[in-house]
Amino acid sequence: MELVTPEIGLVFWTTVSFLVLFFLLGKFAWKPIMGAIDDRERSIEDALLKAEAAKEEMSRLTNENEVLLKQARAERDLILSEAKKIKDQIVADAKEAAHKEGARQIELARVEINNQKAIAMADVKNQVAQLSIQVAEKILQNQLQDQQKQDELVSQLLKEVKL
Amino acid sequence: MYLSHILNSKKIALSLILGVFLTFISCKTFAIQHEEHAVAAEETNTEKEFSPSEVILEHIADSHSWHLWGHTTVPLPVILYTDQGIEMFSSAHFEHGHADYPGKYYTYRLVKDKIAIVGPGEELTAGANMLNMHKKLIDLSITKNVVSMWISLVLLLIIFLSVSAAYKKRAGKAPKGLQSFMEPIILFVRDDIARPNIGYKYQRFMPLLLTVFFFIWINNLIGLVPFFPGGSNLTGNIAVTFVLSVITLIIVNVNGNKYYWKHIFAPDVPVWLYPIMWPVELVGIISKPFALMIRLFANITAGHIIVLSLISLIFVFKSVAIAPVSVAFVVFMDVLELLVAALQAFIFTLLTALFIGTAIEEHHH
Repeated sequence: MELVTPEIGLVFWTTVSFLVLFFLLGKFAWKPIMGAIDDRERSIEDALLKAEAAKEEMSRLTNENEVLLKQARAERDLILSEAKKIKDQIVADAKEAAHKEGARQIELARVEINNQKAIAMADVKNQVAQLSIQVAEKILQNQLQDQQKQDELVSQLLKEVKL
Repeated sequence: MYLSHILNSKKIALSLILGVFLTFISCKTFAIQHEEHAVAAEETNTEKEFSPSEVILEHIADSHSWHLWGHTTVPLPVILYTDQGIEMFSSAHFEHGHADYPGKYYTYRLVKDKIAIVGPGEELTAGANMLNMHKKLIDLSITKNVVSMWISLVLLLIIFLSVSAAYKKRAGKAPKGLQSFMEPIILFVRDDIARPNIGYKYQRFMPLLLTVFFFIWINNLIGLVPFFPGGSNLTGNIAVTFVLSVITLIIVNVNGNKYYWKHIFAPDVPVWLYPIMWPVELVGIISKPFALMIRLFANITAGHIIVLSLISLIFVFKSVAIAPVSVAFVVFMDVLELLVAALQAFIFTLLTALFIGTAIEEHHH
């Protein structure tokens, strides 16, 4: 019975001691300890969340980059193909223009050549005529130098004339 | 190679533990032996029959002096609150119960380590206890258990103030040293005791639960150490468990919300049953902390009694041959008590948290 009878002295001192311990530990130990643990847990959670967000941001950026890259590639291809088309067009146009010009030049040249040829021919004809006149004149002068020959010619001419 | 290393370290750890416990046991043996010799020497050479129950009860009871070793005993201060006034003197004056001390108001005698007033006609008046308050003598002495409790208080304050300082110094960093040893235990109390049982309002009760847990645990452990500064049976003393359970009772009922009180005074039963329900529910309020009180007291006291009984076997059989058997069993019991020390602290805290949880639980109908 003595064993299970609480003694007042010990009850009193236990109450006092426990309350003192409770207030001292509560104020100087549990409050800072729990606060620090909570803070650290929160900061760890924050860090994890941030890391997750960063990862998402990264993947988002990577995706965006890829999309951008794809777009850029497509645009480049488009630009390249357009440029090629334009180049081909220009080359074709130039070729055609050159062709036309060449043809025109050739035509002009031919016309000029023809003109020059005609002029030259006319010139040659004149000179030939003059030469033949001069030749004829010289021949005539030679032939008509002596009287006999003049008479002969007159006679011949007269012979030729048919009446 | 790796495995053998583990085996090796385990062996070392095991032998270390065994060594510590063997030291404990030899101390316990010496303590009992000393008692026996002292008793035998006092009793005018006639060899007195060894009475294990007497020795055991003496060892688990509170005392006004602290026996350290051999013939060295520290007398502790006696504080008496009598109907005439307060008296303070050293327990050395009793000379281990062989002398009466004439105080200012009465003459006092130590009977079975309890102080009683000796009347003029040699009649004894025992001091007041919790079952009988109306006495002219209330013993408020600083007994062995009180000193032991203060040692535990100092230990707790040193440990947790230094841990708290470590948290301040190493804010935001990983715990280190003593701090890293204590943090998992603190987190255990928070995550496995407070949170699941109390719910989201657990933070308000953390200081109480942590204090109760570590107070009980460290005192259980101190109780396992057979020599100074251990050797007391603080958590196996009903007065201590009484105070702890009363604190639980007060905290639970002060924090009880309207659902808790409605459940007690207006439960979902026909109204004519209320007169039966009220006493039942009121008994329930008391019986829950009462069970806490008895559980802690009985577990720790039982452990002490078993260990002391096993040691007493040696003296009952008056044979050294029985010693190895006793020692083997005591080692086993001490290891078991080591587990019980933590387990009882855990159970007391867990049930306190559970009672608080049921008292503040919100009902959503």
